[in-house]
Amino acid sequence: MTHLNELTIAAARDALRAGKTTAVDLTMACLTAMDAGDGLNAFVHKTPDIALDMARAADARIKAGDAPDMCGIPLGIKDLFCTKGVASQAASNILAGFKPEYESTVTSQLFNAGAVMLGKLNMDEFAMGSSNETSCYGNAINPWKVDGRDLTPGGSSGGSASAVAADLCLAATGTDTGGSIRQPAAFTGIVGIKPTYGRVSRWGVVAFASSLDQAGPMTKTVRDAAIMLGAMSGFDPKDSTSAELAVPDFEAALTGDIRGQKIGIPREYRMDGMPAEIEALWADGTAMLKGAGAEIVDISLPHTKYALPAYYVIAPAEASSNLARYDGVRYGHRATLAAGDGITEMYEKTRAEGFGPEVQRRVMIGTYVLSAGFYDAYYNRARKVRALIKRDFDHVFAAGVDAILTPATPSAAFGLGEMADVDPIKMYLNDVFTVTVNLAGLPGIAVPVGVDAQGLPLGLQLIGKPWDEAGLLNHAYVLEQAAGFVAKPQKWW
Amino acid sequence: MSIDIDTARKVAKLARIRVEEADLPALAGELSGILGFMEQLNEVDVEGIEPMTSVTPMRLRRRADVVTDGNIQTQILKNAPDAREGFFAVPKVVE
Repeated sequence: MTHLNELTIAAARDALRAGKTTAVDLTMACLTAMDAGDGLNAFVHKTPDIALDMARAADARIKAGDAPDMCGIPLGIKDLFCTKGVASQAASNILAGFKPEYESTVTSQLFNAGAVMLGKLNMDEFAMGSSNETSCYGNAINPWKVDGRDLTPGGSSGGSASAVAADLCLAATGTDTGGSIRQPAAFTGIVGIKPTYGRVSRWGVVAFASSLDQAGPMTKTVRDAAIMLGAMSGFDPKDSTSAELAVPDFEAALTGDIRGQKIGIPREYRMDGMPAEIEALWADGTAMLKGAGAEIVDISLPHTKYALPAYYVIAPAEASSNLARYDGVRYGHRATLAAGDGITEMYEKTRAEGFGPEVQRRVMIGTYVLSAGFYDAYYNRARKVRALIKRDFDHVFAAGVDAILTPATPSAAFGLGEMADVDPIKMYLNDVFTVTVNLAGLPGIAVPVGVDAQGLPLGLQLIGKPWDEAGLLNHAYVLEQAAGFVAKPQKWW
Repeated sequence: MSIDIDTARKVAKLARIRVEEADLPALAGELSGILGFMEQLNEVDVEGIEPMTSVTPMRLRRRADVVTDGNIQTQILKNAPDAREGFFAVPKVVE
């Protein structure tokens, strides 16, 4: 028998509407799984009382026949989302004790639709990291395990990925600035979509790099991603970059028919030294889409190799500006001052104590590339390269390509601590296949497709046309059906 | 472009992050490594290319210039590490 916490959103919705279960029962099952899952360090602030209140309200709505799709669905919320009255720290000591007086647009929309919050999820500090090792709460751990090692669930949305893969919740929110939804989804065998920039409101989401950040769902299936993305999306006057576009019915778009659709295979994504397993997985995925009637075309995205260096100029530049607000005055941590310390000492000590090493590094890189004399050489040049990267995609889509298939990550999940002594750039390479999508503002989705020789999940990424999440999800649905990935981690926690 | 210790000190100062003197050489080394990685961007011909400012061609919306809230002083001060008499309190700024 399937335990309630193991259900998909779609199955839970149908069971709730049919009166076969209740939101309270679903929530209780998840709360039990959440407590039993402490060894994964995925949930970092638990809100069982709020969850049960929300579940009771959801049951009343379901009984009254007023139940949107997400009504009664227990979710985990990434710590980056501001949730009213509930700790929202972006996994940083500098926001220790911060309890927002407001609710992010995304969580407001989910809660208005009746979704239930179980608690807040671990992540890399300020979403800066690819392994969840920069968190002030300590590492989140991947439920997948093949030997004695604890593996990373990926990052930055590592807690979200771990919690969904381990069935501690039905689904979770994530955010993605350079791959932070898609890479952890691939490392844990779940689905994660980063929508088109502007599809989902950024209001109330702690900002990392404002021109790249997008929130999205992390779920067990493509159908669940379609359902939850629908509830998260939509125009928000409070976010000046929010798109004033109608939200299509994403679930209705899952027809499973992609006959005649053109799938591009970008030759530049075939990296030197790419593991044979990743190459084989990519070829398998290509064959699956072809088998479903899609036309496969070779494409070129010539500026791909410059995406990571451009990203590591632009993202830290925006971060250094966004993180200037953490000054020990309005919220969060303030350093204890020595006699005679003035305001500058307060800023410097507060930020040295509050920010971890990776965040400090990125803020300083950003400060440097924006400083007088270097602005043109680094920042403006990176923005020009970004324009070229976007243009590569524009050309491909203008030539009739409907979606692009690539690997999601250069490897399966690695061991926690294994990257500790390598230089930071090695870690940045995790985002090599995903970061182009953020720079170009496109939608991208990671779908689990197979396992490696050790039995760890591997994912592929599909990249869609701007605002075509509906088409993209349908392609992903076809890939998911063809791959038939059903493996689950063996419970050890 | 390699970053020396003086530049590292200056960057830390601009970023308002205290870095101990003893930690500056390591910081300079790390920053140099990352900037070295970025040097690849110099290979790209960007002649005549406009720097990208927004992902979708759009003009940022402006809202009406009116007050949309107010009388929420307690909420605003609620998370402050030090608030007194309705103000944020900080160390003395002006001598």
